[in-house]
Amino acid sequence: MTGTRAPLPAQTSTAAADATTPSARRPSPLHRVLEAVGVTNVSLLIALALVILVIGSQNADFFRGSNLIVIGTAVAISGLLAVVQTVVIIAGGLDISVGSVAGLASVASAMIFTATGSTAVLGLAGAVLIGLLCGLVNGAIIVYGRVNPVIATLATLAAFKGIAQLISNGRAQGYTGSDPIFIFLARGSILGIPTLIWVLLLVAGLLHVMLKYTDIGRKIYALGGNDAAARLAGININRYILAIFALAGMVAGIAGVLITARTGSGQPISGSEGLELEAITAAALGGTALKGGKGSIISTLLAVLLLGVLINGMTLLGVNPFWQNVAKGTLLVVAVVIQQLRSGERRVGIPQ
Amino acid sequence: MTTTSTPPTLVAEGIGKSFAGVHALTDVTLEIRPGEVLALMGENGAGKSTLLKILSGDQPPDTGTLRMHGEPVTFSSPADAMAAGVRVIYQEPEIVPHVSVAENVYIGRLPATARRFNRRALRERVRADLERTGFTGAIDPDTLGSRLSAAQRQLIEILRALTSDTAVLAFDEPTSSLSDAETESLFRLIRELRESGVAIVYVSHRMKEIFELADRIAVLRDGRLIGVRPAAETDEEELVRMMVGRDLSSMFQRRHTGAADQPVASTESRRPVLELRGVTSDDVSDVDLVVHAGEVVGLAGLVGAGRSELARAVVGDVPLRGGQVVVNGRPLRLRTPGDAVAAGIGFAPEERKADALLMHRTVRDNLSLAVLDRLSRLRFVRTRAERELVDRYVEQLRVRTPSPEQQIRKLSGGNQQKVVLARWLARRPDVLILDEPTRGVDVGAKAEIYAIIDELAASGVALLVISSELPEVLGLSDRIVVMQNGRIAGELDRDEATEERILALAIADHAAEGASR
Repeated sequence: MTGTRAPLPAQTSTAAADATTPSARRPSPLHRVLEAVGVTNVSLLIALALVILVIGSQNADFFRGSNLIVIGTAVAISGLLAVVQTVVIIAGGLDISVGSVAGLASVASAMIFTATGSTAVLGLAGAVLIGLLCGLVNGAIIVYGRVNPVIATLATLAAFKGIAQLISNGRAQGYTGSDPIFIFLARGSILGIPTLIWVLLLVAGLLHVMLKYTDIGRKIYALGGNDAAARLAGININRYILAIFALAGMVAGIAGVLITARTGSGQPISGSEGLELEAITAAALGGTALKGGKGSIISTLLAVLLLGVLINGMTLLGVNPFWQNVAKGTLLVVAVVIQQLRSGERRVGIPQ
Repeated sequence: MTTTSTPPTLVAEGIGKSFAGVHALTDVTLEIRPGEVLALMGENGAGKSTLLKILSGDQPPDTGTLRMHGEPVTFSSPADAMAAGVRVIYQEPEIVPHVSVAENVYIGRLPATARRFNRRALRERVRADLERTGFTGAIDPDTLGSRLSAAQRQLIEILRALTSDTAVLAFDEPTSSLSDAETESLFRLIRELRESGVAIVYVSHRMKEIFELADRIAVLRDGRLIGVRPAAETDEEELVRMMVGRDLSSMFQRRHTGAADQPVASTESRRPVLELRGVTSDDVSDVDLVVHAGEVVGLAGLVGAGRSELARAVVGDVPLRGGQVVVNGRPLRLRTPGDAVAAGIGFAPEERKADALLMHRTVRDNLSLAVLDRLSRLRFVRTRAERELVDRYVEQLRVRTPSPEQQIRKLSGGNQQKVVLARWLARRPDVLILDEPTRGVDVGAKAEIYAIIDELAASGVALLVISSELPEVLGLSDRIVVMQNGRIAGELDRDEATEERILALAIADHAAEGASR
């Protein structure tokens, strides 16, 4: 008790000192850089540098341009889910059905593509629309059924996966590998950067702008930080929750399209299973507070990159792929433990 | 003081307790004697609850000692107090929801053999207890804890006390959730307990009950013991005087600007802005109330009288079961607080941290929350406009913060409250509802908040201010509406209002009686 309380007066007194004599203590340049970039981002960059150094010193292939592209394309799909998961978590929710939605959208895009006589645009639009609908279902269960988001999306994780298996009989669907649009998505590039990475950067950029610069974003932070306050301030929080889960579904739909493009056919499960774990891990590692109200797209992107480099490195170094799952799980726990320790929560009972 | 024949069961000597520098109790000395009902009275915040918490071992006193049968005792937990025979029955006792009444009564001391407890024996025992105490039929021993009413929960707590060795039994406003018949049973029981030599402490606001039960009456005010009177030698008037008789000039700030100083013909000639017509929710019934432009209406009443609940209904936070909320002559369709905000109602809730502040965000984020849509163009927040607005209100309300980018949790309670007020001022509402606007606020900031309220009224805002501090209500309000039990108990004009009259309306058993007094 005294241990946690003691630092408080010290903090307030320095704050007061800052207030009265602003010019007395000028922060050092290093301090200012740290302030501007953020402690989380600096830690992530340091971790990234360390991991790159270790892997690079063991295997020089790591630094080859082709490998960097491999990392980029590998993280594009999980990165999409991670950035939208960040928005959901900031709003105080969690969506663990994103992987299943991506799988369903992947199957749907290929099936629509085939059914409409190889019209890629309809396949893409249909997949995104189905993702949106899945998200709306999640939102409606949560808001109107009063179901905790984890339970609601755990249920739909199973249900959406089941639907994807039902409509596909559990098999890969269609063949999109010869369609120019799908080929462009999977292997094309603009300015030497693969299309997949452009899609991720575009979505991440839009979400970043929304969170940082629009009133919608500010209200999302408010909603996640204190939903009672947000509601009493006049924000229609039900509508926001619905919209946020719909957004998550939509982005998962885009991820589903990318899965189809990369594999050349609609994959009910194999391309998407476990993506929710990667998405949540990246968001948590990026410092998004699982209680809501705090987080940033840029930090999540850095965490996505860190995860991608780690997994790529383990593959390069010949680590058994089963260990990679252990590593991902461990990383999620470590990320959350760090978060909780920093928040100074008392170690009593089941955490919120 | 005169009867030395019976030695007291429990003596509190020089008890003092403060929370965050505020004295909740100062040097309270009280004897609790066997075979006697000692009533404890006082306004909201007079220190009754704190005293009960100290007796029950829930909180340690800062100063002073407790003596049981002459021996000094230290209760470091409620379990300690219970072991010594001291029990407090609160209004909302803790009940285990998923086990039966019988198990709840004997929780912690279940009859067990080889760790298997005998369900039937337990049920029979509780049935016998109920019969003995005259509560047969009031409660079924097999009912689950989660299905019990407030009265039944209290009954469980009473049964717990009766089935263990209890020397001191304290009741905290036990009848507020009981029906008349239940109240009768409870009184009969209390009298029996008194006969059997238990020392009883009875906290209540209800004069009628006090005079029916009590042998002696102790009055607390501002954390001090004002006096102890034998019930036979005092009357209602003297008790009310003891409860409120503080130095009135000490606290409140008279209005010096705005409407109050101007010769206004009458409130009727002014434009009604907020009108409540028969507003009914789960907690309030049939409330009619009008607040005019530039008027401050104080909403007084005891804790639990339904004032906050009324505010919540008016802002659309809880559903209306009947009646209408009218703003500027237009009836509102209230589905969410957003509808109330859109209609020009601002609301600063009582629980600042839980219901108003984004504790991990900055002063700026907190201040601009309700006007983000107005600050935005094509949904992009115009940062310069926002910064100007925030700077303006930080200066106008004298929010003491090193910068608008300071995290709000690092500010003092008074400055946090000013930010909440600023959030609504920035919206320029027609109606502002403030629930306990100066709770947890230091004296200096209090005066500043009064001045802000004053200026708002002068600028034509209709204000409804809920406060449990009578001097504050008297100092701020043009008119005072008193609530009791979810209903309006009466209304007093500024000139006719006194603490005594407000309190009389708030605690009278029937509103009509209080008004005629």
